[in-house]
Amino acid sequence: MRMGTQSRQYSFAASAIPLTLLAVFVVLSVSQPANALPAFARKYGLRCSACHESWPMLNYFGQKFKDNGYQLMNDRDAPIWQNASYWPITLRMTPFWSRESTSKAAVDTAPTGEQRMTTTGFNLSGLDILTGGTLEKNFSFLLVPSADEEGAFHFESVNVRFDNLFKSPWLNVKVGKFELDSFISEKRTLTLSESGGEFQLFHFIPVGDGNIFGQVGDNQIGAEWMGHSGNDRTRLSAAVFSSTDGNVDVPYGQNSYTGFFAGSQAFSTGKLGVQRIGGYAMYGVAPTTYLTSGGVPLPGSGIGNKSFSRVGFEGLFYLGPHLDFQVFTQHGEDSAWFGACYGEIMAGTCPDTNNNTTGILPAGARNPTWNGAFVETHYVYSPQLTIFQRSEWVRMSQQAFATNPSNLGDIDNYVVGYRYNPFMTSRAGFAFHNEYSWIRQRGTSPVTGTDLSSNSLLLGFDFDF
Amino acid sequence: MRITLHKSLLCTAAVVMVFPLASLAQQTKADFEARIGMESHIGHVTGHAKSAQYDYRRYCVGCHGDRGDGMGENFPWVDPKPRDFQLGIFKCRSTPTGTLPTDQDLSDTIGRGLDRSNMPPWNVFTDQQKADLVAWVKHFSPRFASEKPGTPIQIPAEPEVTADRIKAGREVFARVQCWKCHGVTGEANGPSASTLQDDLGRPIAAFNFTEGSRPKCGSSDQDLYRIFMTGLDGTPMPSFADNIKPDEAWDLVFYLRTLMSEPSKEKAIAKQLGLKPVDTNAPAQPSGQQ
Ligand code: HEC
Ligand code: HEC
Repeated sequence: MRMGTQSRQYSFAASAIPLTLLAVFVVLSVSQPANALPAFARKYGLRCSACHESWPMLNYFGQKFKDNGYQLMNDRDAPIWQNASYWPITLRMTPFWSRESTSKAAVDTAPTGEQRMTTTGFNLSGLDILTGGTLEKNFSFLLVPSADEEGAFHFESVNVRFDNLFKSPWLNVKVGKFELDSFISEKRTLTLSESGGEFQLFHFIPVGDGNIFGQVGDNQIGAEWMGHSGNDRTRLSAAVFSSTDGNVDVPYGQNSYTGFFAGSQAFSTGKLGVQRIGGYAMYGVAPTTYLTSGGVPLPGSGIGNKSFSRVGFEGLFYLGPHLDFQVFTQHGEDSAWFGACYGEIMAGTCPDTNNNTTGILPAGARNPTWNGAFVETHYVYSPQLTIFQRSEWVRMSQQAFATNPSNLGDIDNYVVGYRYNPFMTSRAGFAFHNEYSWIRQRGTSPVTGTDLSSNSLLLGFDFDF
Repeated sequence: MRITLHKSLLCTAAVVMVFPLASLAQQTKADFEARIGMESHIGHVTGHAKSAQYDYRRYCVGCHGDRGDGMGENFPWVDPKPRDFQLGIFKCRSTPTGTLPTDQDLSDTIGRGLDRSNMPPWNVFTDQQKADLVAWVKHFSPRFASEKPGTPIQIPAEPEVTADRIKAGREVFARVQCWKCHGVTGEANGPSASTLQDDLGRPIAAFNFTEGSRPKCGSSDQDLYRIFMTGLDGTPMPSFADNIKPDEAWDLVFYLRTLMSEPSKEKAIAKQLGLKPVDTNAPAQPSGQQ
């Protein structure tokens, strides 16, 4: 799970704010995916490779296990089958060395106010404590207290799931804080580095936009129905959650909800393997008008809901057992209000004064829209060695204001690396991880507003047990 | 308590089982190499042992071991123990007891998994993957190099369920003494239940019909028929092919349904009839034993 997910992502949207740069360098946190659970391997006697293409990325068998509520659907699922001392706990952390370089840091002594800055050093990721499994047959849970690298905890995932209601795999209901049901999962991405560790499209926010609520990659608090065919070839889900970007205590709207819908179909293509194609749609509303007290917006008082949407295609294509491609696309649109930086005015994303009390849209504001895609490739030489790349592009198709450069905020992101597990057992996971990533966002350097790029080289030891 | 186990059955089973066990030496790498060309044929899919190496390593080796001898790292922790493929003895077969299963049988088993064991259902695999794995499983045992699989038993068309058939099935259950191991109510608490061992001398429990768990070798009526007419080789669960006529076998299937927890037509009829568990003290039907 991304460390300090909501607060810590490499948010280009906020790069208008000089704080971002600080964040990039101070945080340097390895984006930490979750949900590789040796606790499950121990419970069932399976090696990591049974469920993970390369941990933490799931393969089809692992996806089915997850969709069944962390159950293999045999009679060893109930915890009563385990030795009484068995605890379904997994800890994951990554010590690493990295080199982080950004093309334009705001520097007092630089003639333009900006210059390249490069830092190398040893570092730590945050810690994920993952516990999950079954409380009883068909009663599943997941609890993930997650600490950033300095030990500050938050709850990344907390949910219970009622599986196979009325004995039907089509009726599973989850309540709590959970990952949205995109089968291409960012929580399980193989990439760890600062600028490559997350899917840009899962968190994309146009420059100057006030909508933090449409992030597919952030765990959300709500309820989800999920259904699948017995062999998991067909998967469908619908979730409804508060438009809070996963934050507790409903700090934004009085009545603001978002829905996320996903569906996919897998089919066998003989020797090539099982292919899966599908799509997702996220549609939600979030507030733009808040009551204030002493000029400060009151949490939970938000009204004046405005809408946003994200829709796209997902595909997972295998060319035999060694090579696969993940394809993810997105068309995103925010209400012009968000485009004009209304919405999240609590945390400083937008100025406090952007409180929509008049209902009059700033002149010239339009709905920002964009398109994006990424292709991630895995060459799985053996269950122990995987070489990967991801190429991702986000292009604005309409800026909130016609005065913005048309490519403002466009992103290009490339990642390559490999992950080597020197051993593979049914008890613990250890990976030697080496990765290089490069990212560029148009027009977002802190002083001159020109293109900003950064790169990251990481050598890490990822372990969980 | 009278000792009335089907000695003849157990003896046949014992001879069939113990003989190959005794004659089998540990297989070496060279033996496997020699059989690496092993194929399987399932429908129109041909499986190649060689092509399964990757999947075997990814999914199976932790239990079944590099040499297919069931000595993967989970061996100490798993009960029942992972199968030793070198023995070439399989529980789920459509073929008579003592013979090798068909490729289709093995493929079905892999897809279905074995309930009441750690062997998961691998039903996400493609037919090709399963066929390759079948060939790979076979290449561990010399039996598949020298013997042909048995001829699948004939299963006559399933008749209509009637009260008479269920009552007749109850008689069969009593006569051939399924209850010795499975108990009169099907709760796996018959007089022999606590003494049961598999062919490797490991304790084994009889199937409890009442708990809602699935039979390892399939849960359809046809599967149940097949289970007691072919037996689960390597276990005390014998084949009753010599003792139960095909028509009676269907009666018995219907009776077994009345013991199971899932609602069924058979269960409803049994309730209506007020059907009682078999009485083990009633004089045994003349059926040739002792
Ligand atoms: C977690 C442990 C585990 C894994 C992993 C596992 N198995 Fe098994 N397997 C078992 C156990 C235990 C048995 C014996 C069950 C029994 O005797 O009731 C078994 C039995 C079998 C049998 C014998 C079936 C019969 O009719 O007697 C086959 C064939 C088999 N496994 C194939 C596979 C294949 C192929 C894979 C990999 C795709 C695999 N197993 C992975 C535990 C495992
Ligand atoms: C000598 C003891 C014994 C007798 C007699 C016996 N069984 Fe079994 N039976 C077993 C054992 C042991 C198992 C469990 C095998 C295993 O789990 O591998 C079993 C399993 C089964 C199963 C489940 C098979 C599966 O696929 O999981 C069925 C159904 C069954 N027996 C039916 C019968 C019927 C019907 C009879 C009488 C015609 C009968 N048994 C007689 C010992 C016996």
